[in-house]
Amino acid sequence: MDKPTALNLYRVMRTIRRFEQRSTTLFGENKIWGTIHSYAGEEAIAAGVCEHLRDDDWITSTHRGHGHCIAKGADLGKMFAELLGRETGYCRGRGGSMHIADTSKGNLGANGIVGGGIPIATGAALTAKQLGTDQVAVSFFGDGAANQGTFHESLNIAAIWKLPVVYVCENNQYAESFPAKKAFAVEDIAIRAAGYGMPGVRVDGRDVATVYGAAGEAIARARKGEGPTLLVCESYRHEGHYYGDPRKYQPKEEIEGWKTTFDPLADARAWIVREKLGTQAELDAIDREIDDEMERAVAWAEAGPPASPLTAEEIYASN
Amino acid sequence: MPPIRTAPAPSAGAGEDGSVREMFYAEALNDALRIEMQRDPKVIVLGEDIAEHGGAFQVTAGLLAEFGPDRIRQTPISEIGLVGTAVGAALTGLRPVAELMYIDFSGLAMDQIVNQAAQNRFMFGGQARVPLVVRTQGGSGRGNAAQHSKSLEAWFTHVAGLKVVMPATPADAKGLLAAAIRDDDPVMFIEHKLLYRTKGPVPTGEHVVPLGKADVKREGTDVTIVTWSREVLFSLEAAAKLAEQGISAEVIDVRSLVPLDKDAILSSVRKTRRCLVVHEAIKRGGYGGEIAALVAEEAFDDLDAPPRRLAGLETPIPYAQPLELGVVPQVADIVNAARDLVNG
Repeated sequence: MDKPTALNLYRVMRTIRRFEQRSTTLFGENKIWGTIHSYAGEEAIAAGVCEHLRDDDWITSTHRGHGHCIAKGADLGKMFAELLGRETGYCRGRGGSMHIADTSKGNLGANGIVGGGIPIATGAALTAKQLGTDQVAVSFFGDGAANQGTFHESLNIAAIWKLPVVYVCENNQYAESFPAKKAFAVEDIAIRAAGYGMPGVRVDGRDVATVYGAAGEAIARARKGEGPTLLVCESYRHEGHYYGDPRKYQPKEEIEGWKTTFDPLADARAWIVREKLGTQAELDAIDREIDDEMERAVAWAEAGPPASPLTAEEIYASN
Repeated sequence: MPPIRTAPAPSAGAGEDGSVREMFYAEALNDALRIEMQRDPKVIVLGEDIAEHGGAFQVTAGLLAEFGPDRIRQTPISEIGLVGTAVGAALTGLRPVAELMYIDFSGLAMDQIVNQAAQNRFMFGGQARVPLVVRTQGGSGRGNAAQHSKSLEAWFTHVAGLKVVMPATPADAKGLLAAAIRDDDPVMFIEHKLLYRTKGPVPTGEHVVPLGKADVKREGTDVTIVTWSREVLFSLEAAAKLAEQGISAEVIDVRSLVPLDKDAILSSVRKTRRCLVVHEAIKRGGYGGEIAALVAEEAFDDLDAPPRRLAGLETPIPYAQPLELGVVPQVADIVNAARDLVNG
């Protein structure tokens, strides 16, 4: 991997981590209404996959969607503004954390329904095929979604039509409170791909270089018209299901132990230095840039006007 | 006595070449699909059994030969998969028409219709458009029993972001389907299984009936019957019988439930001073309640009697024919209800 790519992967991961930290602070200050779901611990997946995508490629995201949104190129100020319910937010305060979309960058939206984005990405891939473009769709979803009907129906449809779509299953080990080891009778979710006639690949989702490599193959395959792939990235969710989750379903030792042994950001840093793709000083400089950018984004968002009143016309495109 | 208008509605007009042809309702739908697919390559059709088989009710017959398997996309029996794929395609630039073979199967696809298609535009702050048509059919009368005979339109009228259309005549079926395909919002297009083999004059060529415009299918002065889908035909028969008894009934076919042509209903009711709403769906929670409430709220002072609903019984649709006929309003039921309303 070349140095700019490696440093950009780090930058995206570090931005996601900092965004989640900053959102948590804002939530603690009672500035965010509703709920937020932290992507901390899973940054390598969004970064490694989206590095291969163009602005005109599509993604569908999840309730835990901040990371995908950032990796697909979203503006941080507009993201914070949405969390703060401002008119300047991506959804003008109509959607909130669980519904951020950025169609200008091909982000077809976070989704409050587990598995809700999987057929939508499949349909986006159908558009690419139908119009004869080389666009690709990527659907991000969790281990929980792999047990929804939409997963099975969509994978089958994409396989029989050889659609340019990559299904990225982020196994963060918990579907809300239900551990994957109890929710699946198989250890490797990727073997399900065989049942639909597509390649299934299981990788260490904490290692951004590994994710980057596997996603590159799957996306290239889709772009060449060779059909869909199921890519399962093993990961771990550092925080609870939502902000404030008491996490009664997880042993304390697991939370603390896994946070340190399963930290993709620290791993990425160590890997970049070890492979001489960058120095500690360069990485520190990136950190400072991100922190400054984050504060500017928060300040911009907080200065934005509140969401404008609803109008009857906004629900329908043609009234 | 005003004539029963079986010719195209005034808003329909004749085709672009001015001619009109007798068509079955299924044929008129097929004509709309063909014309819309010819004029816009982004229109595709997805559904079960729609290709060689031509659809369970033959609405897509012949389209595979003309447009090929890329545009007539037959899907596995995967209701949420096919509707969700259509939602994604609509969000990204196509204008898909997804066919759900029976409205009773919509429960399997409900998340994609309700949480995704209907709400994407609003949730995303106006960034998205979802030009999707979900064609389906409902209704009883064919011995298909409880899981293939329901009238579920009220479910969809309750969801902000959806439009709901229910044509009663071949001309309206063609014109409303064309309008639904050209519309930039998700439309539930609900046909009736016993209307497919009904016949009527249909404008040839391009024919568009705007959504949200009711049609006065028969003019009258003593009572307004507000109705849709197959009950329009029953109501017209009932109106003819009522005329023999000296009662002049006006029959309003709402055609689209969302958006609803409130003005057409209210101005008719203000004229006749009586309103009977007739639909096949179960009365409890049915859309007739919405219309009766609208009339009571907006035209109370103009009424000589409370608005009345005549609708399906609160039961799953039974199988045996005499039982099945007994649970949804028939012509005689409409005659009796209208007469009672007029005679107080």
